[in-house]
Amino acid sequence: MYGQELGATQRDGIEAGTEELEAAFQARIDNNERIEPKDWMPEHYRKTLIRMMGQHAHSEIVGQLPEGNWITRAPTLERKQILLAKVQDEAGHGLYLYSAAETLGVTRDDLTEQLLSGKMKYSSIFNYPTLNWADIGAVGWLVDGAAIMNQVPLQRTSYGPYSRAMIRICKEESFHQRQGFDIMRKMANGTPEQREMAQDALNRFWYPSLMMFGPSDKESVHSDQSMKWRIKINTNDELRQKFVDQTVPQAEFLGLSVPDDKLAWNEEKGGYDFSEPDWNEFFQVIKGNGPCNEERIEARRKAWDDGAWFRDALTAHAEKQAQRRGEGVLQAAE
Amino acid sequence: MSKDWPLWEIFIRGQHGLNHRHVGSLHAPDAEMAMNHARDVYTRRKEGVSIWVVKSVDITASSPSEKGPLFDPAESKTYRHPTFYDIPDEVGHM
Repeated sequence: MYGQELGATQRDGIEAGTEELEAAFQARIDNNERIEPKDWMPEHYRKTLIRMMGQHAHSEIVGQLPEGNWITRAPTLERKQILLAKVQDEAGHGLYLYSAAETLGVTRDDLTEQLLSGKMKYSSIFNYPTLNWADIGAVGWLVDGAAIMNQVPLQRTSYGPYSRAMIRICKEESFHQRQGFDIMRKMANGTPEQREMAQDALNRFWYPSLMMFGPSDKESVHSDQSMKWRIKINTNDELRQKFVDQTVPQAEFLGLSVPDDKLAWNEEKGGYDFSEPDWNEFFQVIKGNGPCNEERIEARRKAWDDGAWFRDALTAHAEKQAQRRGEGVLQAAE
Repeated sequence: MSKDWPLWEIFIRGQHGLNHRHVGSLHAPDAEMAMNHARDVYTRRKEGVSIWVVKSVDITASSPSEKGPLFDPAESKTYRHPTFYDIPDEVGHM
């Protein structure tokens, strides 16, 4: 329904004069209204949103891989149930976001193919490996913590379906961070070896987590127009600062140290001064040269290819059922 | 010759940004007239900014007798809720 209607509205738009439409569109956004699938929207807005929401959805799906890696090796049955529930949530979050992106006239298969071909990206963080159980704690605490920081403001984003997906996701996300912190707490208060593992996981995940907010505002290419359109609410640096300010006291509580010599409270700005991550590394990881890029895409490709017969079988089954029902009706009519 | 009109389920978006919510149903011969009727019946006091009409026969609903098997398994999975985890006050909001 959306696809057809959207096409019609857009053609009308070009005839009616794009400049006026764009001004009216911007006025609605400034007035804090939501844009819905059937509304006229600038083509660039639509494309930018498909890129953002697609990347977001891909991140949820690819994000299942580093954690799924530990489901069978969780230390207790309870931890295993919890991790399984979390990974299940991520699949659901991917689904909400793909469905929301589809309201913009792109198909799910298109998005999947663009992920597999490397044309679309996913969050750089998931190209780092999870080497031991402490990493599962660090991922929940830091990675989900950073994701929440990013997602909470997006609940107020201008595109209705995206905003509603974010509201649902944020509601479910809080348990993810808490279970991670809970693992870290257990380990930080455990044996010396467990403590060491917790510290090591923090050391390895700290800077990659800071990278999750994207490049520094000085270098971010998509920011200005996206903020005007309210598909981005805060700048990358703002969110990174908030994340550091929230996380440092949590690390202190755990008795772990953040791996940054320059970390210091700055009374004047009311926040911490901290070292920037290595942006060279970030761009390398984005380009495909991170420790796990190939492995992640390969896993997705394998799942897609190996699942093809199953998707086909479900379609064949549905067709057969429909045919049987159809035949049944025909027979009754005769 | 009279013919029974199909039943339509009506969904209204109350305000910008919210989901459409089911408000009721009505009979109409086609989608366009269902839309007109929905507008007249369900938005006389400006209750909405958008309407969806869906043929009732196109909705597949779970049966009340399936309630147990469908939803009870979630009951024991309390670890899906943030309150399952004890976060000390001094850690702050999480």
